[in-house]
This record gives sequence, structure tokens and C-alpha cells, in this order.
Amino acid sequence: MADPRISIIEERLRNIKHIIAVSSGKGGVGKSLVASMLALILARKGFNVGLFDLDFTSPSTHLILGVEGLMPEEDKGVIPPLTNGIKYMSITYYSGKNVSPLRGSDISNALIELLAITRWNSLDYLIIDMPPGISDSTLDLLRLVRRVKFLIVTSPSKLAFETVRKLIALLREMNFPIIGLIENMDMKGSPYIREMAERLRINYLGSIPFDFALEDALGDVNALLKTKFSESLMKIVDEIYN
Amino acid sequence: MHEWALAEAVASAAIRIAKEEKLKSISIVNVSLGELQQVDVEIFKFALSEIKSNIPMLKDADFNVKIVKAEFKCRVCGYRWTFRREVLNEEVQEAIHFIPELAHSFIRCPNCSSPDFEVVKGRGVWLESIVGVK
Repeated sequence: MADPRISIIEERLRNIKHIIAVSSGKGGVGKSLVASMLALILARKGFNVGLFDLDFTSPSTHLILGVEGLMPEEDKGVIPPLTNGIKYMSITYYSGKNVSPLRGSDISNALIELLAITRWNSLDYLIIDMPPGISDSTLDLLRLVRRVKFLIVTSPSKLAFETVRKLIALLREMNFPIIGLIENMDMKGSPYIREMAERLRINYLGSIPFDFALEDALGDVNALLKTKFSESLMKIVDEIYN
Repeated sequence: MHEWALAEAVASAAIRIAKEEKLKSISIVNVSLGELQQVDVEIFKFALSEIKSNIPMLKDADFNVKIVKAEFKCRVCGYRWTFRREVLNEEVQEAIHFIPELAHSFIRCPNCSSPDFEVVKGRGVWLESIVGVK
């Protein structure tokens, strides 16, 4: 007759002021890095922040933030543990290093389950690291979390932007707010993405230069915060929230 | 106490449906629990009894809870088999308890070893029906 879990999702998210999905049409553009570092930067600014890794088949935020040895506490549901000042939730607590070969309906079910049982309590920001594209996870989020806003990430590639264009079209058609577009891995300073954003009347939030030092900083939050990537993202965050 | 979160979801869904059906009170709630979820039925029922006592519309309701055996069908070779909790270690049981889809991380088709199988039945929590007074 009815899946009761869906009835409780709104209640679970009630005390969260802003829900931001970091999304893109393509993989490999830096969504997980932007989502992780955005959560970290907001937490360092004193906000109460949660990070939810929704990329169930290829999660990576735990590697970026160096999350190890944590498990959610059970108390009338599950309570995300705190890491680096962020309430952090990921399927990897349960899947470990095992592969999670999930089809669309399984992804939907796992998403509903985690939204129904996770107790975030009060948050200023819940940052959601989305899987690439506009398939099940994106459609489920749009169906189940009506007040989500989207922060879109692209690389300077025309190929990446073509997929972003489709994501923007979908979000507009369904009347979901788009905070803006971040251009990541900028190498040539090309105006292409900025011009495309202007043409589509999307807020171009800024570019993040390709940072060769980033790879070596993965897993070490303090090192990550000293990278050029982090410096550029901090400027973007300051512009959005000041 | 993950059971508590699921019990809250059942109570919330029952109330939503009762309001849609313009019921004044709910007398019976029929719930199906998939075996794969490995819900502790006693804790689940205890949580329901605690939750309902604070909700006037639900306070006199009886909850009937039915367990549905879990069954898998391999998408590669078509083999069908049932869930056997006892062959899984405690950590894996726990993972599948919280996120039943993680069966795909830990269980393989006994015939062809594929992780690509369908949970034909016995997954999740379902509110089957409610009975109430208009």
C-alpha cells in the first residue's frame, strides 16, 4: 500500500536551514572535492554543517576528508558521527571497501532508507555530494527533498558543459533553485564557461585553477585547506555568503 | 534502535493516510517487514507502542506485523534462492540491516557468483493497510 519511510523524510530534514546538492552532468569534474571542501569551509566559519555522500556506487568524500574508524551512533535511528567539525554520512560506514553494484531501484531504496533513518538534528547547511548525471539519485532527490538548492560544478571542457546544460534545463523545468556554477580545473583561463553561464543566465560563481598539489593533500584536511583549490573555493564561498 | 526510526515512519505514514481518508481514529495497522531488513520485531513493536501513546489518533490502534521471507533471483542465470542470515558474519548482517541494498556488496548468486540479482520479495517496510473510524 505505501512505503512508510517516505512519510518521515521531511520530518528528518525539518531542522536543516539550507540543503545544497553539489551536482554536475559529468563525472570527474570535482564535485566530491567541492562538496567536501565546501562543508569544511562552512564548518570552519562556525556553521553547523552536515555532509551526505550520495554517490553510493563510487563514494569518495571519506577519502578526501580522511575519514577512518568512525561509525554512526544508534539512537532511535542513526546519528552521523562528527569528523573535522562536520556531521558526516556515507554508505561506506556499512559497505567498507566492498564494491556496491547497485541498479537504479536499489539506489532509490538505499537513498530512501538513509534519508528516513538518519537523524541530522539541527544544521545550518546540509551539503549533498551527488553522483554524476540526471538519473535515479538526482530524480529521487528532486522527488523527496523539495527544498534542495543546486550548486553546479563543471570543468572548462565543452563536453562537461554540454551535460551541465541538460542538468540546468531539468532543474529549471522542475523549478528547483540553482545557486550558481563553479568552473573547476581551469588551465587556460578560457572565457567559454563564463560566457555560456551568462548566456544561460546562470550565476557564474568563479573558477578554480587546476591544482597539481591537490592529489598529495587528499585525506589530510589541514593540507587540503592550504591548497590553491581551497583558497579559490573560500573566495567563492565568501562571495556567496557575505 | 534503528527499529525506532522505522516505527516512527510507520506511525507518520498511518496518520497521513488516515487524514487523507478522513478517519477520526485508527484501530488497526497492518505492516509487512522484509526479512532482509532483519528488524528486531520485539523492539519494533515496543517502539510502536511508545510512539502511539503520544498520538491521540493512533493510541488505540493494534499493529499487526508480518515478516515476509526474502527471496533473490539472479539477473544473469535466473537462479532463485532465499536469504540465509546465519551464513553471514555479524558485521555483514549489521550492514544489510541498516541498508538492505548492501546485500549486493556481500551476497553472490550461489549458481554463477553474480552480484547482479533482484530482491524479488522480503525487502523493506510496508504499510499494507489501515482500518479506522470515520
